[in-house]
Amino acid sequence: MNNAARRKIISRIVEALCALAVVLALIPLAMILFYVLTRGLSALNFAFFTHTPKPVGEAGGGMANAIVGTLILIGIAALFAVPIGIICGIHLAEYAGTKFSSIVRFAADVLNGVPSIVIGMFAYGLVVLPVKRFSAIAGGVALGLLMIPIVVRTTEELLRLVPSGLREGALALGATRSRAVFGVIVPAALPGILTGILVALARVAGETAPLLFTSFNNAYWSTNLMQPMASLTYQVYTYALSPYDDWHRQAWAGAFLLVMMILTLSIAARLAVRRLERMNRP
Amino acid sequence: MTTIMDMDVRTSAPAAAHPIVPETKPPALERQVKIRVDSFDFYYGPAKVLHGIKLDIPERQVTALIGPSGCGKSTFIRSINRMNDIIPEARAVGTIEIDGRNIYAGGTDVVALRRRVGMVFQKSNPFPKSIYDNVAYGLRIGGMHNKRELNDLVEQSLIRAALWDEVKGRLQSSALALSGGQQQRLCIARALAVDPEILLMDEPASALDPIATTKIEELIWDLKVNYTIVIVTHNMQQAARVSDRTAFFMLGRLIEYSDTKTIFMNPKEKMTEDYVTGRFG
Repeated sequence: MNNAARRKIISRIVEALCALAVVLALIPLAMILFYVLTRGLSALNFAFFTHTPKPVGEAGGGMANAIVGTLILIGIAALFAVPIGIICGIHLAEYAGTKFSSIVRFAADVLNGVPSIVIGMFAYGLVVLPVKRFSAIAGGVALGLLMIPIVVRTTEELLRLVPSGLREGALALGATRSRAVFGVIVPAALPGILTGILVALARVAGETAPLLFTSFNNAYWSTNLMQPMASLTYQVYTYALSPYDDWHRQAWAGAFLLVMMILTLSIAARLAVRRLERMNRP
Repeated sequence: MTTIMDMDVRTSAPAAAHPIVPETKPPALERQVKIRVDSFDFYYGPAKVLHGIKLDIPERQVTALIGPSGCGKSTFIRSINRMNDIIPEARAVGTIEIDGRNIYAGGTDVVALRRRVGMVFQKSNPFPKSIYDNVAYGLRIGGMHNKRELNDLVEQSLIRAALWDEVKGRLQSSALALSGGQQQRLCIARALAVDPEILLMDEPASALDPIATTKIEELIWDLKVNYTIVIVTHNMQQAARVSDRTAFFMLGRLIEYSDTKTIFMNPKEKMTEDYVTGRFG
């Protein structure tokens, strides 16, 4: 066998192995989507969105309280995680190279790696213990803590995508550094940052562990922030572990809703980043 | 040297403006010195990239900086509005005086300096805002918010940058939708809007096609009536066409500085001659 033929064969084998790896990685995703889609879609109905859970043993009911609960919880999370995260991200991107910024970046990475159950425990100690009650606030705080590092790093990365010419252009017109940052650079990256925030929201909306002993769960309709609050993930968790077929169906529907939410936001983020990159090209 | 003869060297055009006073000196030297550079060194960290630069740039003339890549001409032009300040580890030694005041003296207001010394970059860099907002940016950060004043100045600036006729119907559309040449003229309009005294242009036409380049060059020719212009260019014909005076840089040193005509027709230094005739670089 000559050299060229051997090279060709080796190249083919490596290509095939790569393709196989891709397929193996995609199979679980495809299966999850397939299961969640088929089983979740069939369980979805109007009542799912409008009714609260029925008592044990009674068929029907929905997850209206859990859907609203999840929205409230991520709303609380966003309320304090977004400003903190964005400002940290701006600091990291614009004042890079200082000792302080490398500490901040390291801290954000560590926080990102902390298991979510630990974050939940922290929020339990911080918010639940002092008032001796599970509450929506506690759940929101736990989710917010999870969100901060994601927002920090997305903001930083997107600001770095902004062409340096824009910064120079603003400075050359007599802008101060902060004016250039807040008047030109942040607005240029804003669509991307906003979608980054949405992705972070989707990510924490899918968390269960931090809510176990913070917002807990609530079988009834409640918008009181000082009371336990239902959430989609917690409800899916409870229903999936229950012995009732009707609850299993509803758990699938809840899972379907969560997956769709995350999928939509991820795609939106992709598009926004692509737009920013296009601007970056000459 | 023969190639130079084909060029359109228009450098002596303004001289005819004084028929009564007999011309004894080249016109460029009659002008007041706007920028005086003396023993100027520049470092990036430990690397010294400019060595003892000394030259006087006359007001309301076009001064071209030429030289091979890496010769320090871009670093030098960016020193005139202290744009290099944003580079960590960069350090300047020596003086650059504008109207007799050293811009590297302690306590210099860099923001105010940059409003007096506008800059146009090699790659056009319009903000991702509307055409109007791009031109109004410098005015707004300068504290102008009166709608009518803004409208007037935006229009004037666009007229001076020879862009008004092409964009007057769509001032609110995105600046990013303009062509490359239009974007560069927009950046010039944006720089002119804050009414600087000096305009620095760092290879303003190197990314443009010949037609857009011609427009920019004509514009430079018109602008020097009001502004002191310093332009970095890699294009020797461009330097010959637009500038009154030319400085030739090499390896971080100023080799020769004189009337553009002298630099191209009768340079003193062998290196300058070799470079302008295309023997290297």
